[in-house]
Amino acid sequence: MDINTKINSEKFPGQIEELPGGGIVLSKLDDIINWARSNSLWPLTFATSCCGIEYMSTAGAKYDFSRFGFEVARASPRQADVIIIAGTIVNKMAPVLKRLYDQMTDPKYVIAMGACAISGGPFFYNTYSVVKGADHIIPVDVYVAGCPPRPEALLHALISLQEKIKSGYTREQIKSSSI
Amino acid sequence: MENQDLQLAITEIFPSAIFEEGSEWPTLTIEPDQWLSLAEQIRNQQTLWFDYMFCLTCVDWKTHLTMVYHLSSTKYRHNLVVKAKLDLAKPQIETISHIWRTAEFHEREVYEMFGVNFLHHPDLRLLILPDGWEGKNPLLKNFEDPINMIKL
Repeated sequence: MDINTKINSEKFPGQIEELPGGGIVLSKLDDIINWARSNSLWPLTFATSCCGIEYMSTAGAKYDFSRFGFEVARASPRQADVIIIAGTIVNKMAPVLKRLYDQMTDPKYVIAMGACAISGGPFFYNTYSVVKGADHIIPVDVYVAGCPPRPEALLHALISLQEKIKSGYTREQIKSSSI
Repeated sequence: MENQDLQLAITEIFPSAIFEEGSEWPTLTIEPDQWLSLAEQIRNQQTLWFDYMFCLTCVDWKTHLTMVYHLSSTKYRHNLVVKAKLDLAKPQIETISHIWRTAEFHEREVYEMFGVNFLHHPDLRLLILPDGWEGKNPLLKNFEDPINMIKL
């Protein structure tokens, strides 16, 4: 199932009727909320290893995720909408990650960046300390492959998350392909 | 001091010293029970003055353990590596945390990861591992953890 075909991310979700001296917008309130929400996602400054460097690079001038509305990185989970799990999650970090996620206000989104956050990655075998995938702890919306992923890949993930939000479907609906 | 001179100077105070060939810094292998007296001498002797320990670690060779100490002198800018072979069944060596204070937590790390018992250490307890890991020593080659570890 491809959500991307179901939505048009370029246009404003609704019709604008031009009238002399003004106009009327015809739309669904949910669509407008999702459209506004997706274009102003505030990521949490959270990184646990080398993926954090790519995350910083994505925030920097060359790749610049502020072009897509992600520039307001917050140091407090209470002000953040999206947590990018950039790096290895170890058993000692797991309760901290869970607490950060719980402290974020709804609606909140999760991106698992890189092999470690997806599955434990290079630390999958023969390790006593690494969590084998951040989705054992908190639900993940978008997975980004790579070790670490390039900034382009993270940008793609962020845009995918925006499209997911704009589509208006819940995580469960998308997983069960009921749409 | 150059490596060659350093080697001679240490042989002078410690005639039974065996040096490894072909490494960047003079590498000395000793018996664990000689370590404390050697450490005190190379720390305090004016011409050697190893006042800085920049690495303390351990290696599991399956047949035995090796303690590795990297020392440096901020005054003369020369370096020295000291190795001591430990018995895997009962690994123990004298602490040198009163000579180089940085060794206090380094030794705690080696204690939790390799189970080396540092005699007369002031505060030998787990450093990073959470409670309940006493005696499990995850960096030993024969460490088994059926809950967390997935074998290749």
